[in-house]
Amino acid sequence: MPPTAPEGGEVQIIASGWRLALREFLSNRLAVVGLVVIVFFVLFCFVGPLVYHTNQSLTNPLITDLAPGAGHPLGTDDNGFDELGRIMAGGQTALEIGFFASFIATVIGTLWGAISGLAGGIVDGVLMRAVDILLSIPYLLIVLVLATKYSATVFDESLIIGLFAWLVPARLVRGEVLTLRERDFVSAARVMGSSRARLVVRHLIPNALSVVIVNVTFQIADAILILAYLGFLGFGLQYPAASWGDMLGNAQQYVSSGYWWLVYPVGGCLVVVVLACNLVGDALRDAFDVRLRRR
Amino acid sequence: MSAALEVTDLSTEIQLSKSVVHAVGNVDLQIDLGETLGLVGESGCGKSMLGLSILGLLPPGGKIAGGSIKAGERELVGLREAELQKIRGNDVAMIFQDSQSSLNPTKTVGQQVSEPVRLHRGASRREALDRAYEVLDLVGMPQPKERLGVYPHQLSGGLRQRVMIAIALACDPKVLIADEPTTALDVTIQAQILSVLDDLRERLGMATLLVTHDMGVVAGRTSRINVMYEGRIVETAPTDRLFTAMRHPYTQALLGSIPRLESDNTKALVSIPGIPPDLTNPPPGCRFAPRCSRATTQCLEHEPPLSGDDAAHRFACWHPVDGPIVRRPDIVVHEPAAVVAAKAAANGHHLLEVVDAVREYPVTAGAILQRKVASVKAVSGVSIHLDVGETLGLVGESGCGKTTLGKMIVGVEKPDSGSIALEGKEIFRMHGRALRRARLDLQMMFQDPYASLDPRMRVQAILREPLVIQKIDNHQEQDRRVRRLLDEVGLPANALERYPHEFSGGQRQRIALARALMLEPKVMVADEPVSALDVSIRSQVLNLMRRLQAEHGMASIVISHDLAVVKYLSDRIGVMYLGKLVELGTGEQIYRQPAHPYTEALIKTIPLPDPAAERAKTEIGIRGELPSPVNPPSGCRFRTRCPRAQDRCAAEEPLLRRFGPHHEAACHYPLQPALGGTGDQAPETLPAAPSAAGHGSD
Repeated sequence: MPPTAPEGGEVQIIASGWRLALREFLSNRLAVVGLVVIVFFVLFCFVGPLVYHTNQSLTNPLITDLAPGAGHPLGTDDNGFDELGRIMAGGQTALEIGFFASFIATVIGTLWGAISGLAGGIVDGVLMRAVDILLSIPYLLIVLVLATKYSATVFDESLIIGLFAWLVPARLVRGEVLTLRERDFVSAARVMGSSRARLVVRHLIPNALSVVIVNVTFQIADAILILAYLGFLGFGLQYPAASWGDMLGNAQQYVSSGYWWLVYPVGGCLVVVVLACNLVGDALRDAFDVRLRRR
Repeated sequence: MSAALEVTDLSTEIQLSKSVVHAVGNVDLQIDLGETLGLVGESGCGKSMLGLSILGLLPPGGKIAGGSIKAGERELVGLREAELQKIRGNDVAMIFQDSQSSLNPTKTVGQQVSEPVRLHRGASRREALDRAYEVLDLVGMPQPKERLGVYPHQLSGGLRQRVMIAIALACDPKVLIADEPTTALDVTIQAQILSVLDDLRERLGMATLLVTHDMGVVAGRTSRINVMYEGRIVETAPTDRLFTAMRHPYTQALLGSIPRLESDNTKALVSIPGIPPDLTNPPPGCRFAPRCSRATTQCLEHEPPLSGDDAAHRFACWHPVDGPIVRRPDIVVHEPAAVVAAKAAANGHHLLEVVDAVREYPVTAGAILQRKVASVKAVSGVSIHLDVGETLGLVGESGCGKTTLGKMIVGVEKPDSGSIALEGKEIFRMHGRALRRARLDLQMMFQDPYASLDPRMRVQAILREPLVIQKIDNHQEQDRRVRRLLDEVGLPANALERYPHEFSGGQRQRIALARALMLEPKVMVADEPVSALDVSIRSQVLNLMRRLQAEHGMASIVISHDLAVVKYLSDRIGVMYLGKLVELGTGEQIYRQPAHPYTEALIKTIPLPDPAAERAKTEIGIRGELPSPVNPPSGCRFRTRCPRAQDRCAAEEPLLRRFGPHHEAACHYPLQPALGGTGDQAPETLPAAPSAAGHGSD
């Protein structure tokens, strides 16, 4: 047949699925704001200290609890640390732990859920009841107990948070795999003689990925919040490492003294970062939905 | 006298985030009381949007851009929402396609049918329920009194659709809009629902707008038909004239592309090349021009107005045709495989042999222990065989087990008992590597072209996957095969880099077909290969399948609910009913001399795109609904709906008996005498356990 007029009609070239999702994402103003905020905070926390040098390890009793002013734009805390520099340092740990914990949670959760969903039967029952049981134990309690038992470095803290945050992604991925495995393209791959491993790697995980990606953003937000709770309750990172939760916990006693600079800047940063993560997550979910709608 | 519904110059637009879809453009139509107007078109042509515009129920972003809609004396365009609410369900009512999602699962049938009466008539609960009883009785609901208290999930699809109709009729509307009222139903139920609608129109005298994609549905039930293409009405004529003396090439091609039972299946179906244009950016001239064989530059530049010699028959075409296509083209086979030689070489051994295959799905109770309380008898002892290069069609209503049988043949499902052997080897008993090797010879084509291709893979990867899995050829050779098959199924080479969502349904089905052929299987099972496609695309794919069957010489099993599709593609046809094979024969035998009453009824209920034949039908074929496959009727499973059933049918299961060469049927009281005996007893077997039935090969 002539190459100019294929019998089946020309292919209408639409952007690829991911590009379509990206376009939809970018058309969401709030999401772009959220993304900009996250990028800003990453730069602020990691590049900021290179430009704005402060002492964050040696206490200086001479300059404790200074109000914002020259030399200390956001004042100093009760140890004489510069508050702005401390927010940067605390932001570093918050973001590091947020990303790392969500990474751990996502990897465990995705594998757990995918195996459970694909295997079905008894394996599925056992794996999912384990998730149910863990979900029914107050999460904060376990984390608190563990956090006191182990030395609290950034790595340990993210491991602890991550090890208990994978339950939600495990459920999500299992649900997704359960619907995916009944889809015809999975049957088609079976008819071709595909092995189970190939099914999981080539078909199930790539198609469940959008759910996972959306969940990652919420996981990051959650991890940052948990870290803040822990810090606030006094189980945060070991001194002199800073975290926003520790800072808020310390500031608690000074609220009545009118030291507002110890509370509002760091609290504001926490709220803004978590909100930005959630905005990005919501927009990603919409964006992936669009891709499916215009299939 | 003014029309019950008059639409003048109506245009509807839907605003998307970046573009505007011109869903309906300058449409005129009018319906008088007691008249049924057909509105026919393919999916996406704007026919549903037209119906929704009339009711003011456009989706978000949709708005009426111009024109007028008059129900009686009342102008509907520009009415406030509160005013529209008074009209909706009262003067103008609608029946939706999907009764499953259109009924509220948490309310009883009685509440739902009486709701419009209470809203519009201010009736009391009691009065409204009385009215609900009345209309349920009117739409032919069996035991209407008892049905008032049941929930939608307790009813079958056909009964739910009757409830939908009852809701629409509860307030005696002047205008009824039926949007694909029978598309989701089986043919036997479809015939029942259509006759209910017809009967109601006669008795209640309302104006009905019947929106459908199926020419057969409108043929016998309408007085006029409007054909819609890409938001425009392209032809409007009295029903008989539309079928016998159409003037628009689209109407002509649409009718020519429908596979007909009586037609010769060595001829190709008329197909409309290409795919419908995008409604966000319609072509400037005639919208059908890019797909029309008669198109000239005039067509591409100027849109033809809707005009004609007389007011009754108008069409929008610069170069109209004269009546239907008389001669159909032959099927062009490029390089026929040496099927005949292969057939001879097979000497007596069947390529595929299914003996007494049984598959039952357990129904479990309890969340943890999952006790088995019953089983759904999907396939109950079916025996068929397939020879090299042969095509066997399997036809039956939904739930008859045809898909399960197909899945067992390709080894996706395992039979509970019986044997399925390809060249003497039982696939489902194999494991691991041997099974993987055996899969080479068995491929399947799925129904839904949207679900059968992995959305995350490019076409190249999709087509190469079978070769990669089976470790055939090196990378370069695989690439060459992929390109060759892509060309064979009529897709351009630039398709390789694209993802499935960038293709239309028909194109995806071509990709699925190419994938199934990639391994050069000995047997291909095609499960409802065209039922998800539009009529004009359907014929393209059917023609392609026929050509490729001949060129590749593989044997295939075609599964469909549509007897005409099956007959077009197959050498022999098996008719299934509730897990049993009830009749087996060549296409002509099944169609011309059916022996089983079910087969006959199935043929009768298929809506024909022929007004005279449709009107001549007096009976509606099969009464009642498909019994539950959990507790199938004893004896002959069809007896509960069979007009010829006697006591014996309940007591004793009929066996397949011979009615001619290659023709068998399982019935105690067949429509024609069986060979070798009057049919009191099967020739050699005694009536035994149900699983012994259906023993029938050469």
